[in-house]
Amino acid sequence: MEKRVTFKGWLLPFILIAPQVFISAVFFFYPAGQAIWQSLFIPDPFGLSSQFVGLGNFEYLLNDRFYRASFLTTAIFSILVTLVSMVPALFLAVIADRLVKGAGVYRTLLIWPYAVAPAVAGVLWLFMFNTRVGVVSWYLGQLGYDWNHVLNGNEAMGLVVVASAWGRISYNFLFFFAALQAVPKSVIEAAAIDGARFWRRFFTIVLPLLSPTTFFLLVVNIVYSFFETFGVIHTITAGGPQQATTILVYKVFSDGFVGQDLGSSSAQSVILLIVVGLLTVLQFKFIEKRVHY
Amino acid sequence: MKRLLLGTIAAGTTALTPIVASAQTEIQFWHAFTGRLGELVAAQVEDFNEKQDDYEVVASHKGNYSETLNAGIAAFRAGEQPHILMVFEVGTATMMGAQGAIKPVYEVMEESGAEFDPDAYIGSVKGYYTTTDGQMLSLPFNSSTPVLWVNRDAFEAAGVDPDTDLSTWQKVDEVLTQLKEGGEDCPLVTAWQSWIHLENLSAYHDVPFATQDNGFAGTDTELALNGPVQVKHIEKMGEWAEDGKFIYTGRRNEGGANFRSGECALFTESSAGYAGIKAEAEFDFDVRPLPYWEGEGNAPQNTIIGGASLWVMEGHEPEDYKGVGEFLSYLSSTPVQAQWHQDTGYLPITSAAGEATREAGFYEENPGTDTAVTQMTAKEPTANSKGIRLGSFDQIRGIIDEELEGVWAGDKSAQEALDSAKERGDQLLRRFEQANR
Repeated sequence: MEKRVTFKGWLLPFILIAPQVFISAVFFFYPAGQAIWQSLFIPDPFGLSSQFVGLGNFEYLLNDRFYRASFLTTAIFSILVTLVSMVPALFLAVIADRLVKGAGVYRTLLIWPYAVAPAVAGVLWLFMFNTRVGVVSWYLGQLGYDWNHVLNGNEAMGLVVVASAWGRISYNFLFFFAALQAVPKSVIEAAAIDGARFWRRFFTIVLPLLSPTTFFLLVVNIVYSFFETFGVIHTITAGGPQQATTILVYKVFSDGFVGQDLGSSSAQSVILLIVVGLLTVLQFKFIEKRVHY
Repeated sequence: MKRLLLGTIAAGTTALTPIVASAQTEIQFWHAFTGRLGELVAAQVEDFNEKQDDYEVVASHKGNYSETLNAGIAAFRAGEQPHILMVFEVGTATMMGAQGAIKPVYEVMEESGAEFDPDAYIGSVKGYYTTTDGQMLSLPFNSSTPVLWVNRDAFEAAGVDPDTDLSTWQKVDEVLTQLKEGGEDCPLVTAWQSWIHLENLSAYHDVPFATQDNGFAGTDTELALNGPVQVKHIEKMGEWAEDGKFIYTGRRNEGGANFRSGECALFTESSAGYAGIKAEAEFDFDVRPLPYWEGEGNAPQNTIIGGASLWVMEGHEPEDYKGVGEFLSYLSSTPVQAQWHQDTGYLPITSAAGEATREAGFYEENPGTDTAVTQMTAKEPTANSKGIRLGSFDQIRGIIDEELEGVWAGDKSAQEALDSAKERGDQLLRRFEQANR
């Protein structure tokens, strides 16, 4: 059944893929190779000298209980960010899909937060929850709840999760919304005639039909929460209190660019690369089987 | 807004001038100041540029202290380093270890022939930036030391005499209880907890913060911050935090906002908090020396500095270094220093600038502004109070912050937290030692 267009010769296909290969080489393979090479050394910050330590950096990291703890923190953070950014997005998409009037306005408003850079989003949420002048923390205070993410690790985690997920809801919403449009009306109508109510139709027909989109978003959101949430963490908690919000990628930054320990920082990015690679492979192996295209 | 606009125009013209006056040698100066301090630095640079025709200093803001240091390091690796880089005191060991990347200030001054008298600088200020045999490696620029800020109105509202003796922590302890009982919700707040409540605490009581003379004698140093004096102090602060007498606001100087808005009664912060507090506080305030524990160590010894110094980077033309020398000499000159000291609350770096300020009657008009100077210079510094020179110090401070948060949250005892800080910090010190072998 597959249709395949093949090129004759090799020059044209080569020219067509060359830009992509070039960009990947410059912005991915070269830096990744550098990171692997650097992870074998303990260099001084200025690059004037460096000591070859083999796998010493990795040994140092894996012996550090705080580094090991940061894996768990990262897992909790990623799962929460993925859930908090996908579930409301799906809900909003379903609601917006049902709208007859003004759907365009809602859609536009819901997409806006995506345009806010993570660091800026972090600052916005920080202001709302600021223990001294924050609007939300003030209302919580009125309700008798003493909000203090500066000392309470769980509150800090909650805050960075919400701030990271907020802009992502828009992104996920966009994909879910488009996917919902593609669900054939005839199937839904048939179910409706059989007497299935809205939520039953949703769970038995729409949700399974959305599974390719859901799977795609799952992978993308996990990768997002691993790598791109750095700005939010940096502006809101800087990894604290204690180590409550020190996720792996934040530690790469703080060891490399605050501590100038480039050896450890490179080793950490190599570990992170392996972890995300493994996760993606696992996702494709086990979850993709349940996806219906 | 108008000021901001003017500032932008001024910055714009400064950047454009070298194109017009191409005969001048350009000196790049990277710093970490914004706001009022940024304006004051720009004014110094402009004044220097106007006073002579041979050199054009171009000042650029490169972010906060950590970011500025990183920008300098990245630029050096790319061969585009500035002539002068502002580095905070925490980065001192990193810079000292970078032989081949930096040009010691004493050498720059010697070669340039600019006016330079190493003895003119205040010992406890320059001590942080000199080698063990007294050679100045970087030029102290902005230096401050922690003091105790008092909100007199808050004291009166809580029914406590604002003139009460606050010289020791024992007395402060009693006062905090009185304040709390008098209805004060925020008796004590602090900025820079590691710097004030561990580093300065150690120096002030003449106990080591780290072995090897706090790292001055070599990179094979280990933290010693879990001694009895430090544990006692942190334990007490933990109790205050539990009783709501000490309010923790964050790792940097977040507490400043709480104090300046009048919410808090006492605030331990750098003497350089002066400019901000004076501008914003709508209450009666005064400055007291940092309290000490009576009967512990040799307190009061002297406190140590925080702030930044100017490092000269290697790899430029000899002619450029002459200009650098001239500029550094200009910055150290008495009128420039005295003005800087009075505008900012930073310490004068030369004794002459301090004298000039006193003679001008500044201390009498602004009582308490000499507290920091006195506290720093009252005694000859010892090996424990000369300063602290540790590799990866920025990260070690991060570890200390984390551990202290454990104490404030009631998760850890002071002893546990400080033991853990030592253990974790020592690992970083070993890595730094290895990297700089």
